[in-house]
Amino acid sequence: MKTVLTSVLSTAASLLMASSALAATEISWWHAMTGANNEVVDQLAKEFNESQSDYKVVPVFKGTYPETLNAGIAAFRAKQPPAIIQVFDAGSGVMMGAEGAIVPVADVLEKGGFKFDKAQYLPGIVAYYSKPDGTMLSFPYNSSSPILYYNKDVFEKAGLNADTPPKTWDEVFDAAKTIKSSGAANCGFTSTWLTWIQTENFAAWNNLSYGSNENGLGSTDVKLAFNAEPFVKHFQSIADLAKDGTFRYGGRTSEAKQLFTSGECGILTESSGGLGDIIKSGMKYGIGQLPYVEGEGRPQNTIPGGASLWVFGGKSDAEYKGVATFFNFLSQTKIQSRLHQVSGYMPVTMAAYEETKKSGFYDKNPGRETPLLQMMGKPPTENSKGVRLVNLPQVRDIMNEEFESMLAGKQDAKAALDKSVERGNAAIQQAIGK
Amino acid sequence: MQSTVFPNKILPYFLVAPQIVLTVVFFFWPASQALYQSAMREDPFGLQSTFVGLANFTTILSDANYLHALRVTVVFSVATALLSMGIALLLATAADLVVRGKGFYRTMMIIPYAVAPAVAGMLWLFMFNPAMGTFAYILRRNGIAWDPLLNGDQAMALVVVAAAWKQISYNFLFFVAGLQAIPKSLLEAASIDGARGSRRFWTIVFPLLAPTTFFLLVVNTVYAFFDTFGIIHSVTGGGPAKATETLVYKVYNDGFVNLNLGSSAAQSVILMVIVIALTAFQFRFVERRVHYA
Repeated sequence: MKTVLTSVLSTAASLLMASSALAATEISWWHAMTGANNEVVDQLAKEFNESQSDYKVVPVFKGTYPETLNAGIAAFRAKQPPAIIQVFDAGSGVMMGAEGAIVPVADVLEKGGFKFDKAQYLPGIVAYYSKPDGTMLSFPYNSSSPILYYNKDVFEKAGLNADTPPKTWDEVFDAAKTIKSSGAANCGFTSTWLTWIQTENFAAWNNLSYGSNENGLGSTDVKLAFNAEPFVKHFQSIADLAKDGTFRYGGRTSEAKQLFTSGECGILTESSGGLGDIIKSGMKYGIGQLPYVEGEGRPQNTIPGGASLWVFGGKSDAEYKGVATFFNFLSQTKIQSRLHQVSGYMPVTMAAYEETKKSGFYDKNPGRETPLLQMMGKPPTENSKGVRLVNLPQVRDIMNEEFESMLAGKQDAKAALDKSVERGNAAIQQAIGK
Repeated sequence: MQSTVFPNKILPYFLVAPQIVLTVVFFFWPASQALYQSAMREDPFGLQSTFVGLANFTTILSDANYLHALRVTVVFSVATALLSMGIALLLATAADLVVRGKGFYRTMMIIPYAVAPAVAGMLWLFMFNPAMGTFAYILRRNGIAWDPLLNGDQAMALVVVAAAWKQISYNFLFFVAGLQAIPKSLLEAASIDGARGSRRFWTIVFPLLAPTTFFLLVVNTVYAFFDTFGIIHSVTGGGPAKATETLVYKVYNDGFVNLNLGSSAAQSVILMVIVIALTAFQFRFVERRVHYA
């Protein structure tokens, strides 16, 4: 018995030693990418690991965006955080509020011996992920902007022009009604992320205020304002269309994408990052810019969505060096342009954008420049720089609850938005500790 | 009560030590942490915390959403327990009549119990998901406006069915055992007296099954209260508009999604009190009234 035990122990010990001698520094990367985008993550990690032998990036899928953020926070509290965590746009305010928990990406890059040059990155994106003083806090991995997708076969069957996507919301609603009444599809229109697309981007794109203090970019003390008349009118139209199924609700995040790829709904507003799955489905689709409400000076510009990579504090220097090397790898023009072209996310560096343009990619693939043009077309106003709340995920949940109850016919748009603002304001005040 | 005396003075302590250690590590320690947290207000990352006394408790108890979650929990638990026990009893009495391949039938019936709650939830979600579920498609085709993403009652029905389905096997097992313990002579005597199937069931089988039924009622209630998180999380996520948010789900949601740890801890302390009360009630009053055959 004793001999068996000792031999087991010694084997285990030798195995451990062998693996530690061979192992490169491991860098865990927690992410929330599914489907086609998950394959991109694995591919990138594989290429990076094969390109050098000092570091090994290990991607770990942690669920939806909110789940990944929560897993990261729980891991930090348990003193076991990953080196890199992908945090979605709404979580940026949460991460920024935790100065002691994270290391700004600008510092990480310098620790790794790389120079951080802000001018290389797309200005709108860098501004969104930076502190008010300009320090870039996180690495913009996948930036997206909401756009309109439509099913060309359904459009043709409904007698609509399959070459011109609807431009304004009124046109979208009319097209949706035609699709439904002609029987071309069971449902005319659906949308992912009612919060991010129909509220946050709706505000920026139509140059309306979402909340006070530049939607929270100026200060954490924000009074929400998205119960103003244009929002009420917009949501009431959606609620009315939902009554006979012309609008179908898919869920709180990107579930509605399935309603579009399955041919159930003819029109979809979704992140440009959803493109990978739509291409994969093999359907005949067209792309248009995000619809707006007709009016003077509109559309304005959209705000960046998607997610960025944050680096947790308390790691070893070797790990930070590895993270910096990895981020530097990701910033390469060839990687960024490929990422952009296969996934629909925006390139984060100017060089990658220029190269894609030069390659003639946009001429061959009309509509693929749309998310970039939307975001960079006009200099942002105080309504369109972004939305930043210390508890935006919670405020979004409150809105989702009220929207669901509205779409179920239990309340009208005015009540839903008024309640969202009231409950949201209370949650913000509690979160900033007043 | 007969008491055994150990000749050795230390051995008994040594023998109970593992159990004590487990209880301390897995109950007293986390419970004391919850008590401590429930009196604090803390930022999500745990970088700063302040003592707030009973403020978290007063906030919860005056919160309409909390009372709503309580109501949801009661509806959910009662519906789940009744549905799963009812079906299990039906299946158990049917399986009792099977002559050939008894073992095979029973084994097949027990399999769902081996399925993890989250997986059970996903199974039902795949069937009834309004975007891609086969059954959802059939329901809509037949003119039923099936949309659990927006209709709270339908969402509740879906989680109740998923939770009950998973528990049927467990109940089935106990009911089968209970049925086997009923003396055949009683049933034969009743048959000779001219009692038909349903009469034999209600006057002999059901009363004699009472201890099993009572035991299962408690187990099922506790299951519905505390073990169904995985199902709710994967099927509805507490939605739509909080229609399926039970007390346990709210603890998770407030703590891990809204990152309000103080409130979440205070809610779990209240849950702890509820469990202690339920258990005490069970042992003290109800259990004594059941007729043990």
